Amino acid sequence: MGEKPKKKGSISYAKWGYIFIAPFFLIFAVFQLIPLGSTIYYSFFEYYRSGLKIIGPTFVGLKNYITLFATDLPKYFGNTLLLWIIGFIPQIAISLLLAAWFTDLRLKLKGQTFFKTVIYMPNLIMASAFAMLFFALFSDNGPVNAVLVNMGLLKEPFSFLNSVWGNRGLIGLMNFLMWFGNTTIMLMAAIMGVDPTLYEAAELDGCTPNQMFWKITIPLIRPILVYVMITSMIGGLQMFDVPQILTNGKGGPDRTSTTMIMYLNNHLFSKNYGMAGAVSVVLFLVCAVLCVVVYLGLTKEDDGLSKAERKARRQAKKQAKGGNA
Amino acid sequence: MRKISRRNFLLASGAVTISAALSACGGSSSSTSTASSAAASTAASDATAAQGKVLNIWCWNDEFQDRFNDYYPEVASIADDKSTTTLKDGTVVKWTINANENNNYQNKLDEALLNQDSAADDDKVDIFLIEADYALKYVDSDYALDVKADIGLTDADLAGQYQYTKDIVTVDGSQRGTTWQATPGLFAYRRSIAKDVLGTDDPTEVQSYLSDWDKFNDVAAQAHDKGYKMLSGFDDAYRTFSNNVAAPWVDGTTVKVDPNIMKWVDQTKEYTDKGYNNKSSLWDNQWAADQGPSGKVFGFFYSTWGINFTLLGNSLETPVAEGGKEEVGNGIYGDYAVCEGPQPYYWGGTWICGAAGSDNIDTIRDVMQKLTCDEAIMKQITLDTQDYTNNEAAMEEIANSDYKSDFLGGQNHIALFAEAAKKIDMSNAGPYDQGLNESFQTAFKDYFTGAVDEDTAKANFETAIKEKYPELTEVVWPA
Repeated sequence: MGEKPKKKGSISYAKWGYIFIAPFFLIFAVFQLIPLGSTIYYSFFEYYRSGLKIIGPTFVGLKNYITLFATDLPKYFGNTLLLWIIGFIPQIAISLLLAAWFTDLRLKLKGQTFFKTVIYMPNLIMASAFAMLFFALFSDNGPVNAVLVNMGLLKEPFSFLNSVWGNRGLIGLMNFLMWFGNTTIMLMAAIMGVDPTLYEAAELDGCTPNQMFWKITIPLIRPILVYVMITSMIGGLQMFDVPQILTNGKGGPDRTSTTMIMYLNNHLFSKNYGMAGAVSVVLFLVCAVLCVVVYLGLTKEDDGLSKAERKARRQAKKQAKGGNA
Repeated sequence: MRKISRRNFLLASGAVTISAALSACGGSSSSTSTASSAAASTAASDATAAQGKVLNIWCWNDEFQDRFNDYYPEVASIADDKSTTTLKDGTVVKWTINANENNNYQNKLDEALLNQDSAADDDKVDIFLIEADYALKYVDSDYALDVKADIGLTDADLAGQYQYTKDIVTVDGSQRGTTWQATPGLFAYRRSIAKDVLGTDDPTEVQSYLSDWDKFNDVAAQAHDKGYKMLSGFDDAYRTFSNNVAAPWVDGTTVKVDPNIMKWVDQTKEYTDKGYNNKSSLWDNQWAADQGPSGKVFGFFYSTWGINFTLLGNSLETPVAEGGKEEVGNGIYGDYAVCEGPQPYYWGGTWICGAAGSDNIDTIRDVMQKLTCDEAIMKQITLDTQDYTNNEAAMEEIANSDYKSDFLGGQNHIALFAEAAKKIDMSNAGPYDQGLNESFQTAFKDYFTGAVDEDTAKANFETAIKEKYPELTEVVWPA
């Protein structure tokens, strides 16, 4: 008698559970899984538009992939990574510094809320609007050149947008400006999560602030650091709007600022679904591999030991075991 | 305990990461597969269900829109945001305007035309505009209606038009479009700068200094010595070379680069290295500024529409939108004049096509008749706007009259255009011209600025066009 209602309840709970999670799986399937499948499927086909005529789809095997790797894909992959790195390095450095300052109990910076808001601001602007702004600011007859020439620093306007490093530098600068506020706030949260007694103990032992930062803060916020790095890397691999708009869709001089997604966009623009599919699949694989590598690298070193130390410890254990037997 | 929670966090962050990666790639792929339906829904939302008849017109700027609103006699009222125009019989004209650059207009129009059969009657494209650079792509398809057989214009209606404007849109004897303008090109120069450099601003005398490329180069050197630039940017002279080629861009699936286009490369490189130009690109801010009061550029290659549509606007100190008037004293209004320049050429030209499947054939016929065939309206457009319209008799009449353009310092430029219009030869135009011209200019811009060498520029051109046109297989460069 006592068993009956219990059984009934558990069955209906399970049913509701599935119903509650169904929307996610439905949406995931319709908007992500099926398109993902069709992308992979079409990447093996010749399928494009010639004028108003649709060519294909004709099965061509791996031809799209061979063309990709034989021509320009490595170059655009390199561009993408480079553009990400020149934005990410200053971003993580400045963010760490600011986070350390903002959380330092002895500094007691005034107006913290104000500064936190200000550094977060660039992230609120649309990337495209931000890129348009830089396009206007740094154009040959734009205000930046006018100021530099009037101050006597330059003899004639420097064509930022027509030089390789001018272009890449601006893209890096924009990505840095847009994201360092966000990163700073995340790192601050991480640092504030560190047990303050550790710092007190370190201070009693005579640690310098420098030592405390490198030996206590950094190791203890590593999970967040890695999280920041992974999300930033994925964002970086998908970099599109900023370089696209800054270079007017042309990818900079000699295509040196053409990213993977811009290349994908070029194919999509001419309705070349086969090649675009192949680019997407490659991008997907690269993202997946990078994520797995970073994830594995992180979980393995969870005990905070170096590889050599761990090996030594394992051997010691083995020997101890062997001795016992 | 601590360890476990940390593990969980890492697992969670890993899961977030991987799903983000999935959604990233999934996102781009979903845009692949839904691209066509997206365009269809754009077209649909552009033409929301209306009670009466709807005339959908597709174009890439407001040039035709202005002509239509100002000169089509049936116009009753215009919406405040100019997005629709209502005709006297209650027909609502809906304007769909997509920017032209980088084949954008063509791609959007293609989507709409491919969905023409399944679209509701009021959502179907009724009229679309095409440009000389890709006219053939559309007139050589079933999407453009024959102006005589399908739309009902007569030979008598079309008799006054320039023959070349009919030839370029004629495929196998069937004419698929009609235009209100002819677009011979001229060289528009600054009178004040010409006086300083050459000692004269008279169009006939200036022309004698610029009548071939060697003389043109000499004047460029003289202008440079006086602190002026001969041209604004890299692409200014492009059309004078690309319109005088021996064969169309594409033969089968092979792109053949004409020796004359390579002459443009050599000349522009020389001008850039010697400082004869201002390193601008067509349509960019610098280029527009060079045409205005602060500009130090000798002149611009412009065809008919460029003078009234672009140059005039750029020359004003206070734009019309900010209350400026088109009159002498506002900026450099009146300081330009035109001459033939070193080589005859044409640039642009817009044709009106009726779209197959349209349910507004009668309205289309009337629009075409009034805005491209009616001599009185054609003449009035030229007198009001200085545009050069497609009616030989009306243009000859103005050319021989005492008509003068205040913007061009009292010159009767119609007389020059009337001469140049006779020389237009569009027999080498092809369906790929816009994409190939733009890619060529983009690729070689890097060469002019010194970012790459000539061979790299050539390779970049090949890469770019194979992205734009997957069907093109080979590029042949002149020896």
